[in-house]
Amino acid sequence: MAISTRPALPRPATSVSGSPGGSHAKPSSARRWNWFGGGFGWLWLVVVMVPIYWIVITSFKTRANYYAENPLAPPTQPTLENYRQVIEADFTRYFANSVIVTAGATLPAVLISFMAAYAIVRGSGASRFLRSANGVFLMGLAIPLQAVIIPIYLIIIRLQMYDTLLAIILPSIAFAIPLSVLVLANFIRDVPKELFESMRLDGATEWGTLWRLAFPLTRPALVTVIIYQGLGIWNGFILPLILTQSPEQRTLPLGLWSFQGQYGVNVPAVLASVVLTTLPVLICYAIGRRQLLSGLTAGFGK
Amino acid sequence: MTALAPPPVRVADRSTSTGGRSKSVVWMVLPALVMFAAFGIIPLLGVLGLSFTQWDGIGAINPAGADNWFSVLSEPGLLHALWVTFLIMALSWVFQTPVSLLIGVFLASRKRYRGFLAVLYFIPLLLSSAAIAITFSALLNPNFGLGAGLGVEFLNQDWLGQSNLAIATLIFVVSWQFIPFHSLIYQGGVRQIPTSMYEAAQIDGAGRVRTFFSITLPQLKYTIITSSTLMVVGSLTFFDLIFVLTAGGPGDATRVLALEMYQTGFRANLMGPASVIAVILVLVGLGLALLLRRLGGGSASDSQLEGA
Repeated sequence: MAISTRPALPRPATSVSGSPGGSHAKPSSARRWNWFGGGFGWLWLVVVMVPIYWIVITSFKTRANYYAENPLAPPTQPTLENYRQVIEADFTRYFANSVIVTAGATLPAVLISFMAAYAIVRGSGASRFLRSANGVFLMGLAIPLQAVIIPIYLIIIRLQMYDTLLAIILPSIAFAIPLSVLVLANFIRDVPKELFESMRLDGATEWGTLWRLAFPLTRPALVTVIIYQGLGIWNGFILPLILTQSPEQRTLPLGLWSFQGQYGVNVPAVLASVVLTTLPVLICYAIGRRQLLSGLTAGFGK
Repeated sequence: MTALAPPPVRVADRSTSTGGRSKSVVWMVLPALVMFAAFGIIPLLGVLGLSFTQWDGIGAINPAGADNWFSVLSEPGLLHALWVTFLIMALSWVFQTPVSLLIGVFLASRKRYRGFLAVLYFIPLLLSSAAIAITFSALLNPNFGLGAGLGVEFLNQDWLGQSNLAIATLIFVVSWQFIPFHSLIYQGGVRQIPTSMYEAAQIDGAGRVRTFFSITLPQLKYTIITSSTLMVVGSLTFFDLIFVLTAGGPGDATRVLALEMYQTGFRANLMGPASVIAVILVLVGLGLALLLRRLGGGSASDSQLEGA
């Protein structure tokens, strides 16, 4: 039922280092300049960077200059006025909401996924229940969030949680579980069984083994999963759109959308809000980039 | 990044379990299972149930038999939304796959500056779909966007105002957002092709193009299927991007299934018919996932597992 086209998933340690075997993939291509691929690569860089450059420079322009100047020229009279305006317009509240929702959903989701993954790897041999649970999670990968949003809306209303941050957090946790369990289980599965055996001989409980053996060994995968799920939840749009109503409960993506409605003509201010919502993510990316990129390439590669 | 579809799955192989024969771990799966059942499995059954009811989103829920199904299936709106969904899916695949493949092959060599490029390529993936949609609707604005400001005739069009142009623009924006991700997948795929194959090709005197078509491309078969699955299933979740960028317009030119569901349920307050559309969305998603899995070849992928 799950979309399992191919069994590619992250493997720990060696693949996370980003250089399996340390060998060069294509020695022959090192000698001649690859005009086609190279040209394409640089062209794509331009395509990717021009809009980003434009967002940043425009966010520092005054409205008058924005309409008068060449759109790709740096601002002649750079101003922080747009940022001031956005921050004064409830940005900090949306920001705080996004932090609460992201942290409140990502950490519990990864934690319970980690426990589930451990149980599935350690116990599937003996327990039919665990094998079925694993099957349920795999099937979950194929459920699109949009398709079940109406019943979720109904459940949230019945739980009297409509228009609260918890209404966003709970479904976010649920939809982070399947992929997290899958990735983490694949990592835990590669822990040598001798290590589990020796822990057991030393008298460790399963709970102790989970924390003192599996947790440290799975850390690269845990970080990748936390970043990946955190990013998804931070950028989530449909849950806040449908499950909240008042401006006090808005998260950043929804706040952006309402900014656009309010300041539609004030493009520099709208773009300043785009920069402000992306900045925290960019900072995290700068810190965790190596981990995330190698985790993803190792995870999805052949 | 809600638009990212899940990656392919390695089914737990019992034979190589880590020696665990312990039943004492069973309880550890419960928190995750309960959460997922409450907000994943039960809603999945619930949406099927709701498709046979009448509900305005606030008041009482009344049974409606198969009425919703008859009315939705006989409406031209659904067919149109299905068509737009598949059109956007197909076009975004056709455009994204070759570009991602080329860039992925390019990135796979271990040159420093290419690593740097990969870092920059990743940036669009950090932006929310809402931010991307807002940026491009400003950038492409016919009155004060990039085209008008630069005075370039070609750029200065009403990109989101005409049906065909709006779809083309959407494909471009989707590609801008996701080609970086797929090129990373291909980069990982290329790096795992054994070096010896390239050495052998070199000894045989194969040129770059020949090597690409005879070795790189066939060896990437499963990577292509992985990436395509993510693209195709992921394209069902472009909801937020389309919602903010075009809101389905101009007219209903970009009104995809998910948007049709939202408009019917949360704007027109017809939750029953909206649930019917949601069930169709699930069926389309599952059908595509299974189809692509079949294309991948079940047995072939099993043997790949051992070799990987």
